[in-house]
Amino acid sequence: MYAMVQLVLIVVQFVMLLALAPFIVGVIRKVKARLQCRRGAGLLQPYADLAKLFRKQPVRSSTTSWIFTAAPYIVFASTVAAGLLMPVFLSHTPLNFAGNIIALVYLLALGTFFLILAGLDAGSAFGGMGSSREAIVATLAEPAMMLSILAIALTAGSTNLSTIVHQSALLEGVVLAPPAHLMALAAMFIVTLAETGRVPVDNPATHLELTMIHEAMLLEYSGRYLALMEWAAGIKLLVFLTLIVNVFAPWGIATSVAPLALVTGTAVYVVKVAGLAVVIGVIESMFAKLRLFRVPELLGAAFILALLALVFFYTLRG
Amino acid sequence: MTTLLTVLLACYLLGGVLPLCTSRPSLQTILAHSGAAAAGVAGIALGLLGLFAAQPLTLSVPSNIPSLTFALRLDPLAAFFVLTISLVGLAASIYAYGYVREFTGRVSVGLLGSLLNGFLLSMTLVVLADNGFFFLILWEAMSLLSYVLVVTDHERPGVREAGLFYLIMTHVGTAFIILTFVIFSQEAGSFSFDDFRHPDQRLPEGLRSIAFFTALIGFGAKAGIVPLHVWLPYAHPAAPSHISALMSGVMIKTAVYALIRVYFDFLEGVFPWWWGFTVLSVGALSALLGVMYALMEHDLKSLLAFHSVENIGIILLGIGAGMIFHTYGLHELAALGLLAGLYHTINHATFKALLFLGAGAVQFATHTRDIEEYGGLLRRMPWTGLFFLIGAVSIAALPPTNGFVSEWLVFQSLFLSVQLPTLFLKLMLPIAAAILALTGALALACFAKAFGMSFLAQPRSAHARQAVEVPLSMRIGMGLLAGSCVVLGLAPMLIVPLLDRVTGPLTGVAISEKVLALDGWVVAPVTVEFSSISTPVLAALLVGGGLVGLLIARWLGKGLPVRYSRTWGCGLPLTPRMEYTATGFVQPIKQVFETIYQPTVKLEREFLEQSKYFIRHQRFEFHIEPIFETYMYRPVVTKLLAVAERLRVIQVGSLHLYLTYIFVTLVLLLLWAG
Repeated sequence: MYAMVQLVLIVVQFVMLLALAPFIVGVIRKVKARLQCRRGAGLLQPYADLAKLFRKQPVRSSTTSWIFTAAPYIVFASTVAAGLLMPVFLSHTPLNFAGNIIALVYLLALGTFFLILAGLDAGSAFGGMGSSREAIVATLAEPAMMLSILAIALTAGSTNLSTIVHQSALLEGVVLAPPAHLMALAAMFIVTLAETGRVPVDNPATHLELTMIHEAMLLEYSGRYLALMEWAAGIKLLVFLTLIVNVFAPWGIATSVAPLALVTGTAVYVVKVAGLAVVIGVIESMFAKLRLFRVPELLGAAFILALLALVFFYTLRG
Repeated sequence: MTTLLTVLLACYLLGGVLPLCTSRPSLQTILAHSGAAAAGVAGIALGLLGLFAAQPLTLSVPSNIPSLTFALRLDPLAAFFVLTISLVGLAASIYAYGYVREFTGRVSVGLLGSLLNGFLLSMTLVVLADNGFFFLILWEAMSLLSYVLVVTDHERPGVREAGLFYLIMTHVGTAFIILTFVIFSQEAGSFSFDDFRHPDQRLPEGLRSIAFFTALIGFGAKAGIVPLHVWLPYAHPAAPSHISALMSGVMIKTAVYALIRVYFDFLEGVFPWWWGFTVLSVGALSALLGVMYALMEHDLKSLLAFHSVENIGIILLGIGAGMIFHTYGLHELAALGLLAGLYHTINHATFKALLFLGAGAVQFATHTRDIEEYGGLLRRMPWTGLFFLIGAVSIAALPPTNGFVSEWLVFQSLFLSVQLPTLFLKLMLPIAAAILALTGALALACFAKAFGMSFLAQPRSAHARQAVEVPLSMRIGMGLLAGSCVVLGLAPMLIVPLLDRVTGPLTGVAISEKVLALDGWVVAPVTVEFSSISTPVLAALLVGGGLVGLLIARWLGKGLPVRYSRTWGCGLPLTPRMEYTATGFVQPIKQVFETIYQPTVKLEREFLEQSKYFIRHQRFEFHIEPIFETYMYRPVVTKLLAVAERLRVIQVGSLHLYLTYIFVTLVLLLLWAG
């Protein structure tokens, strides 16, 4: 019985990640459109896009190797696997034991690795350009992310995501976050923008070779391969947003498997994630994309913030 | 066990002697490498048995020379390294069957094979030696044999210089090792390791610290820690690839062995916190600088050699953290740090050897080591490509491979610094973790470059266009190591108990039960509440996720066939010149970390006379400054040469004068002795 429940929970989480990701992308696009005084496509447009791409015949470059066709599946699988390790609507996620937050980061890195390879495989200058830029952005984001994670983990005394989320969820009411957490949150948010290819680091809506990073790597993809890559990008965004809302604001998340708690937990979760997506949409409309060699400064700031979070944790506790 | 040890020695000796008795290269190849391979199998068995033996196996043959006994001792620590050396040795020997064909006609294949056996034998005996004198003899034999192997291709430019550099550096190291042993023997009264580790004869505090530093410098020179690493990127690539694999994979690990032996065995694991902190800092520095220089390297084998510096750094991060915990009496965490370091040791041995063998295979097929001349090799050499990819994913520490497991354990031991009592260390260990994170990310970028530029897209040169897959024996050698990488990653439940047998006696606690939870399916850093991973489950998730993606694509796509077309080249026919180069790929990284690289870029352009918008000819050059060579070694070398110049006045080449020198020295010595 217990095993069955756990299995069902895994499947539900899996389906929820897959189903919710295009919606989040839709929300961001809608917000941006409204802020530009456009009506914008419907919230469900990304679903239609994916369905259309899946049905199209894929075109593959004749210079590519099996890496090119395997990469979309590996990127998709690693992103989804990362999503299954973290609490989404229930603080005790069943697969918690399979990997802590470092495993999650490294699973996403696995996807990045194959994405970079895929960008190189077609042999066009655009793909290489995207891959090269992705490599530097991912490199610089990693230390900041690791330190901000640690600052959070120290408070909970654990790097297991479920433990972190569960502990803070059990605190009564809304507790004012300690300064260490606020710093870590800021660092984490910057990292999120960088890792998921949002403005000001990358622009998901561009196809201009001077500015694109993620899109450049996907340039030769079409049909079902492109669909998987786009979907994986959406899931990755959702994973980061989920991390932020559940780690820094776990209020309302289900702490037990009671049906009512699960339903409210899910509803609260969707609202919170959608709210954060709106914030990202607003940021994307307010800021211009940074020049590539300004990005290190932004991520350097994130690193310093995370380091300060750590210092604050140790000095302000006693 | 004694029988196995005898078999091992006999096989290496036969493999060393027999090839020299015949003159047919094909027979020489078979004799030499069969001997090494058989000894490798025996060594694996011996290592496994030694790990689980209740008592260490000791053998001793006395000699006429004072303080030298030919003493061998197989305790768990030695057994683990015998296992590692033999595993890599076995793969390299199988690989060499096909690979040495490259050298037929140029150098004596028999001699090469014979030296390979000698090299493997000396490494195996180094970790078994139980007498300081004997150890030094073997250490020297190992260094000299590897030197001879490095200069195998001595007619190629640069190889002799690389060999000489190696020879000098390794002897500087040996001098410090001799110093270490002399310090120990002062108090112990002999050169026997048994007396070194005797608890009654403790060294005074000051001497202990000196021994700590001399050991770190002496063995560090062999391990290639920054700033003693400068020889490594020259010497390792110069050797034939199966030798490079052994040097980078296992020879530098004998230094790791010796450091653990000295710190945890001879010094009984009693040390102040700053020892551990020094090791940790050296590790962090080596890890970061190693990978940064690797990124800028476009010679595939030099790139791999720099990554050895990086990985030795990661190993030392684990060991250093273990030492710090040990100082503060956190024995379980000390065991964890040490275990993480040792796990990374065997992991690095497998994937680095695999990558070097892969690089050798690529060189075998293309006759060049320049990454810029590769491209499109995956379609031409599918097996080599697959094995290289497995190695690349492992060294980039991506789940669910072996590199991930050990790097994860190192991360955990650094994060558990929260249990340390001083604020300074509580902050320093997380910073080391951040450096490790940066190192990991840079390694990912570097291997995306190495694999992507070599194996993907279109061939960039005629060499790469004509490449064909390498012979079966080479593929088996690589396959063996690739399989080991996968097993070491997916089955930590098999590996951790082995490592626990090593760390248990050194730290006084067995942590295998705590590290492995849920019947071994989960690895945790002593406490499951703090964190846990399960690589088998992660692998299952990846496969499952991929399958779901495949099913959705099938279900919605209705199995539409893929159409093939050309890559979009902006309307021009696509040529390899349009591809990103390795130099271009790392350009942003070079620019961001300008302070470390100090690059000099030279661009010369010649324009057409009619217009300055049309370039007739352009030349691009860029160098990065090897900081340590420029600012640390070159001044020393210059000074040395200046002193040597002064000393030349007494070297006039007259035999009579030299005889006088000898006579005077003799008289002075007699006076001093009397």
